[in-house]
Amino acid sequence: MIDEPLLRVSALSKFYGSRVGCDNVTFDLWPGEVLAVVGESGSGKTTLLNCLSTRLLPSSGTASYRMRDGQFRELYRMSEAERRFLMRTDWGFVHQNPADGLRMTVSAGANVGERLMAVGDRHYGKIRATAVDWLSRVEIEEDRIDDEPRAFSGGMRQRLQIARNLVTGPRLVFMDEPTGGLDVSVQARLLDLLRGLVTDLGLAAIVVTHDLAVARLLSQRMMVMKDGRVVESGLTDRVLDDPRAPYTQLLVSSILQV
Amino acid sequence: MTAQSTDIATYNFAYLDEQTKRMIRRAILKGIAIPGYQVPFASREMPMPYGWGTGGVQVTASIIGPDDVLKVIDQGADDTTNAVSIRAFFKKVANVAVTTDTATASIIQTRHRIPEHPLTAGQVLVYQVPIPEPLRFLEPRETETRKMHALEEYGLMHVKLYEDIAKHGRIATTYAYPVKVEGRYVMDPSPTPKFDNPKMHRSPALQLFGAGREKRIYAVPPFTDVVSLDFEDHPFEVQTFDQPCALCAAENVYLDEVILDDHGGHMFVCSDTDYCEKRREEGHRGHLAPETDLAPGNMEPVQ
Repeated sequence: MIDEPLLRVSALSKFYGSRVGCDNVTFDLWPGEVLAVVGESGSGKTTLLNCLSTRLLPSSGTASYRMRDGQFRELYRMSEAERRFLMRTDWGFVHQNPADGLRMTVSAGANVGERLMAVGDRHYGKIRATAVDWLSRVEIEEDRIDDEPRAFSGGMRQRLQIARNLVTGPRLVFMDEPTGGLDVSVQARLLDLLRGLVTDLGLAAIVVTHDLAVARLLSQRMMVMKDGRVVESGLTDRVLDDPRAPYTQLLVSSILQV
Repeated sequence: MTAQSTDIATYNFAYLDEQTKRMIRRAILKGIAIPGYQVPFASREMPMPYGWGTGGVQVTASIIGPDDVLKVIDQGADDTTNAVSIRAFFKKVANVAVTTDTATASIIQTRHRIPEHPLTAGQVLVYQVPIPEPLRFLEPRETETRKMHALEEYGLMHVKLYEDIAKHGRIATTYAYPVKVEGRYVMDPSPTPKFDNPKMHRSPALQLFGAGREKRIYAVPPFTDVVSLDFEDHPFEVQTFDQPCALCAAENVYLDEVILDDHGGHMFVCSDTDYCEKRREEGHRGHLAPETDLAPGNMEPVQ
């Protein structure tokens, strides 16, 4: 039924002067698909994510996105206004540190409602009802709606950030180490929640992580990066169970067994 | 306007040099051309501290001519320190006529009020603005707020109003209430009470805003739409008072609370002193008005 990808990335490169951020990355992302980008620190994962989400402009290469009307648009040729509109309606960006993605000094309800107000919602009652609904979907008690995120634990902040991003019904979500810095039991619940939401909403997602377990749980497909290049890509289970590139073999065998 | 050959020869007319006035007039013209847009300008040091109206004074100095009649108000009053000093300043450096009468003034410099007497075409209202950026307390980065204005991304402004309702059950912002000008720019009307916001809408007078410390000028040309932001289910409302002015019995005006003694005695009186005096001259009496009126009016006769 789906015969066209959501995002087409072709030969994307980003150089910081003579240093390589990411080099010649090509892939397609299909609707409803979760792609994990794994690799060690400094392998170019975050640079790639920032380029794709247009927070950075690449040095060369193209990325085109299928808009809601079915037309492909070249991301880096869009005006800034269009890109920012896309960012707050059709896309989401979940930061590793929730403080980067939340407004820490306004209430949880306003954090969730901000995107709705940004696209022109002007009915307080409806905005609040939507915020309540979303808070319950990410397992935040309704009576915390008027608390500031500063009063929230790390796990709650991360869940709030996810609610804030998903409230406008995006089709593509970028996640940068969504479980980084959380303890394992909180991580497990967050992953569970994310997996449920992604499946229920049919979201496409690009998840950057150095945690192979996260990649295994969330993603259908993965790319392994090293020194800015993609060294291996394929179905997640295949890559993790039968790694082919020497670097992937090293990565997989480096997982600590408990 | 050339320098006058009078006893004010040590200053150029209206204190600022002609080049500076030209620069400020250009900023004003640009502001008028793009209603609500904050135009940067090279704010000068004025012989008064920032926060005392350096922006408004520079705007006034740039537009004032020898035939103008100047009125200066501070929180509605003609007789407070700031108003008296600025009026005296222009009397000295521009030798212009000054007045306290709203109707006869051609330029009214104001700090945080719009006079109760309706303004007419040809009058100019000059606001002193402390912080011109309505998004400042929500987004501290100037680069980002400029971008938000450029791209008309004003969702954040409603976040502030949302927070008000969530915390207080209603929009609790009572002054510096954000407005949208001509359907485009969101603007800070300077810290006027929101009571005055409706007076800005399609006002026949030209409204100029000067922020000296922040180095911004903006403007609302005559007959421009100025709409206060709100929610559909929490519409914009102005303050109401449950009693009339204690001195002149005026209703539907903005009142100040005045403490009378140490025992909780207080009264509510018009914040617009000129309006209040005019009404008392016409014979209106509030319940606390003295028998024979010794109001401090006519403290500075029109020259």
